[in-house]
Amino acid sequence: MPRRKRLRKVVAPPGFKGYRPYGNAQHKKQFVELLYEEYEAIKLADYDLLNHLEASKLMGVSRPTFARIYESARRKLAHALVETREIRSVFGNAQLDGTWYLCGDCHARFTIPVQMTDHVCPICRSLEIEIIKTK
Amino acid sequence: MKTVITCKGNNQKAHFDLRFGRAGWFCLIDDESGDPTFIENDQVEVTGGAGVKTAEKMVELGVQKVISGHFGPKAKDLLDKFNIQMVMIDDDDQSISKIIARLNK
Repeated sequence: MPRRKRLRKVVAPPGFKGYRPYGNAQHKKQFVELLYEEYEAIKLADYDLLNHLEASKLMGVSRPTFARIYESARRKLAHALVETREIRSVFGNAQLDGTWYLCGDCHARFTIPVQMTDHVCPICRSLEIEIIKTK
Repeated sequence: MKTVITCKGNNQKAHFDLRFGRAGWFCLIDDESGDPTFIENDQVEVTGGAGVKTAEKMVELGVQKVISGHFGPKAKDLLDKFNIQMVMIDDDDQSISKIIARLNK
């Protein structure tokens, strides 16, 4: 029996259902499925500019596993670009994680719900906040 | 925006309560009216499920932010689901009025 796949923690799901190429001659119905954890890997490594070890800890997987998810994500994106495929976001093996933050000034710990846009401490409005993992 | 702070008594001099589900009272602050109102918690003596019941109550009240000392795993999940912000602070010897003052600073 194969080893079970651990759920990958995803802080926020992608804000899109998919991307569709335009301006291409023939309309292809084929698409690439980008999993939530692959989107998260791209986000952590290339947008938040974390190294793979930090990113893997945030997602609750080992560093080599993170590298595999990241590689698969890059290959899917490249595949979609080169072959002008549509990209769809699919849930995959993700576990949506409510991340906790710590305020550097007043040491309050808090969550930031999805619909909240300002990332400040709710008690003292400090910008000195960092992500902690309690779950 | 509505905020709830867990506290031990029903006035502003009462101390902050570190527990969420079994806190004595809830201090409800509405940003629009400004005055805090106090709601008694009827889950103090129950044997189980206090956190979940209290979290449901928060959803009913339409609260967006809850300030307490600690949230149990079930209460956490429920509050997460309804996009309610949870804030944990450790100072239990502070009075409610001091915490409100910190919020409005």
